Amino acid sequence: MSCVSKLSRVTMNSPHDASSHAWLLRLLLGCITGSLVAFLTPEKLWAQPSMARPSDQVQSKMVKVYGAGGLSGLEAYQSGFLVSPAGHIATAWSYVLDVDPVVILHDGRRFESKIVGFEPALETAVLKIEADDLSFFPIPESDDVSWGDPVLAVSNLFGIATGNEPASVMQGRVAAKTKLDARRGTFQTPYRGEVLLLDLVANNPGAAGGALVDPEGQFLGMLGKELRDRKTGVWLNYAIPAGVLRQPIGDIIAGRKTTLPDESNPVLPREKSHSPIGLGIGLIPDVLENTPAYIDFVQKDSPAARVDLRPDDLIVLANGRRVSHQRALRDLLRRIDRRDQVALVVQRDNEILDLVLRP
Amino acid sequence: MVRIGCLTLALVASATSLTATLHAEESSLLPDEQKWIEQFESARVAGIAKATPSTVMVFVPGGGGGGSGVLITPDGYALTNFHVSSPAGTYMRCGLSDGKVYDAVVVGIDPVGDLALIQLLGRDDFTTAEFVPSRSVQVGDWCFAIGNPFLLATNLQPTVTAGIISGVRRYQYPSGTLLEYGNCFQTDASINPGNSGGPLYDNDGDLIGIIGRASFEKRGRVNVGVGYAISGDQAQNFLGCLHSGRIVDHATLGATVGTDEDGSVRVTNILSSSDAYRRGLRYGDEILEIDGQVIQTANDVQNILATFPESWRIPITYRQEGTSVETLVRLASVHRGSELLEKMKSALPPPPPAPPKPPAPSDPEGDAPDDSESNDETSPDGTDNPKPDDAKPVMKDAAGEPIPVVAAKQIKIREGYANYHYNELHQSKFIERLRRQFKDVVANDSVWQIRGKTIPVVDGQEASDFQITIGDGQFKLKIGDEVQQLSRGDELLQVVDEQRDAGILACLNALQRMLTLGPKQFGDTYYWGTMPLSGQRLLRDTVVGIHSDLETRFLHHPQSERLEVIESIAGNDTDPAELWFDAGDNALPSTMQLRYGLTTVLNLQITDWSAGPANLPQVPVDGDAS
Repeated sequence: MSCVSKLSRVTMNSPHDASSHAWLLRLLLGCITGSLVAFLTPEKLWAQPSMARPSDQVQSKMVKVYGAGGLSGLEAYQSGFLVSPAGHIATAWSYVLDVDPVVILHDGRRFESKIVGFEPALETAVLKIEADDLSFFPIPESDDVSWGDPVLAVSNLFGIATGNEPASVMQGRVAAKTKLDARRGTFQTPYRGEVLLLDLVANNPGAAGGALVDPEGQFLGMLGKELRDRKTGVWLNYAIPAGVLRQPIGDIIAGRKTTLPDESNPVLPREKSHSPIGLGIGLIPDVLENTPAYIDFVQKDSPAARVDLRPDDLIVLANGRRVSHQRALRDLLRRIDRRDQVALVVQRDNEILDLVLRP
Repeated sequence: MVRIGCLTLALVASATSLTATLHAEESSLLPDEQKWIEQFESARVAGIAKATPSTVMVFVPGGGGGGSGVLITPDGYALTNFHVSSPAGTYMRCGLSDGKVYDAVVVGIDPVGDLALIQLLGRDDFTTAEFVPSRSVQVGDWCFAIGNPFLLATNLQPTVTAGIISGVRRYQYPSGTLLEYGNCFQTDASINPGNSGGPLYDNDGDLIGIIGRASFEKRGRVNVGVGYAISGDQAQNFLGCLHSGRIVDHATLGATVGTDEDGSVRVTNILSSSDAYRRGLRYGDEILEIDGQVIQTANDVQNILATFPESWRIPITYRQEGTSVETLVRLASVHRGSELLEKMKSALPPPPPAPPKPPAPSDPEGDAPDDSESNDETSPDGTDNPKPDDAKPVMKDAAGEPIPVVAAKQIKIREGYANYHYNELHQSKFIERLRRQFKDVVANDSVWQIRGKTIPVVDGQEASDFQITIGDGQFKLKIGDEVQQLSRGDELLQVVDEQRDAGILACLNALQRMLTLGPKQFGDTYYWGTMPLSGQRLLRDTVVGIHSDLETRFLHHPQSERLEVIESIAGNDTDPAELWFDAGDNALPSTMQLRYGLTTVLNLQITDWSAGPANLPQVPVDGDAS
């Protein structure tokens, strides 16, 4: 609620031993200590109203993420934060991650990273770098933050910081706790859950994946991608609260859920495995090195048609694994027996759909 | 007694905690939180009250733009942005929160660093802001900006916006070809067009820096929580130079650096004509420190260099083959010759069109209808009634109106200067100081005889007598039995170029010439500004005189007002001859040292310095034909 840590209440244990002298001495000592604590501690806190301490504390947990983009006004950078000492990094799921991103730690160390998991409906991804003993944000279970609370937004907005330069810190307050789908279709995001709306301009280019913290430096939420109301042109400043992120990020870190390609299942002969066309999916022509798995057409009376897949749907996950391009989709399907069902996650405009295709 | 006292204390304590709990229930804040908030708020209110009077609201005459500024001296010197002052030319109107409008003139400009020094006229008791050391400012510190966003302050009450320091040691690439921001502060206090040039204060109302730009990108030119302020340290580095009325250039090392795979910062290219090269810096060397600041990335190098004026000599530490070397490097200028002037002309948008004005018979541009009301509004004090009663052509402001006489007196236009008037002021001060110190040996057409003993500068050297004869076409240095005599003045350039002992004659000749002729006749002479002496602060007042292709710098201590060093520069490719004087109590120096680079070649103990009449008739003072 406030930036002041609460006064520790001084308790004095009742004396057990019989010696009244010792009792007196203890009480006296207790009194002195008590009054000292009572009169000195707050003075010290009042003398330091600055947000410098939390601003400094969070820096070692922030990372800079560089990836795809750099064309047509798409920034090739965003922000992220460490969520495990072993190098797991939470960030926003965006086009920046279309290639394996480069991560730069607060001390300037540079790492190639792997995308170990993502949650399309939360627009959240988890990267992993090969490092350990890193400081990180524990993600709290519950959100005891409410509107009016002071917050700090930490991110590398506009890519201002490079190398070991510290992330930018901005201050403001939680303006509201609400759901984005209250205005469904207004904002271009598949995220429908609860958000913390902010009164500061936190969601700038490159800020996505930044951290929202309280004045003690505790994690409150992740800054989302830039969102703009298509009708009014108003930009939204928001964060996805920690409570929403805890479970999926925890699952990914624990390895319960990963979108990494799974090569434990053997590649089956063509006639025994699935294929896009076998499911009735016609993909757009595969002309690029990494052509995204956009659907061009759907065959009538096919498994795809039965779940109402449509042209222009983008396949993002197949059986929980990331479909980064068409080759990846074909490879994934080759490892699934044609008699088994296939679970697809597709993005249609601003919606994320879970579909199960049955042969 | 002890027992009672103790019990009372315990009672009081518990009573306090009881009331505390009750209070907490009422306001949902703990009493200490309540108190903390009140204290913080009153501190901020006090800070704003303290800071507001030093905030300047800049208006370009005729409504052609404006911005903010901040007063830093009681006699009206104020800092603003170059991009705020440039549409105004040399004259503008400045409002303060006291509700008055003051005439102001441009003093000096730094187009690369986006700084301009202006002077508000008419008072010598302006309220000023104090700089805080830039290194004491931390990310997360509360701060506030006061200024004139969107030029709202037509009622002369500035706007206050608060925030925190979002980043320190930021680097912002030049916008266009100028306006490079090195080592600047980033804040989330709302910074909008019109805040430019204004102050960013800390919570106590002290000056952190000069606001200059912001990241806007796709949301239009309104604040998105990212504004930048030029650091107070950088502003103070440039202040002396800005006082000179010059157009000040920035510094370059003459080398490029890159961050290596192991994270070290290494030289990737170096000019062999640079001073850094002469001090031993080579390709592949690792840069460790610049001016006492640790270098961690290649960005740091540019970040720190961007805060220095050209020609400064600063300490640099580098590592070469495992050995670290501490040295002093003279920085070169980023631009050559008139390059900076040309860039200024091409890089900046043309001044906004002046509002139409009445056709006046004497006005060659007066071809547009009237709109004089706006001018009257911004000058309620009535001090700027034009009195163009001079024979000189009347100076015009950005709106095409005559500049008030009180301001026009402070303006002297000269190519290559922002306002030559201020340079002349400092030249007068310089020559007055110099003549005061050397009054015993100033006489027209005199010959100096300086005698004394040498102090050995290398092992095995023996002390001997020396005698220097300078003046009236004579240049003679006699050490022991060895005599070096120059027959012509232009040999002075040669001896400096060859780094010879006789370079001392070049320095002393320049001193004598300056004392005798003064800055107006010495050659091309100007007050340069302030620079560190061999990397050391305080910054020294520096005057440059150029004569016969030999550039001479005179460095004065700002407090003792004594001449400390004369540097004679023969060219960019060699070390200047430096003649160091002692800081004794006597007017005339008692020792002199001649140095090239970091090596002392002569150390002289002066026993006698006298000026005698010339005994050879009628040879020009230094024997050359200029």
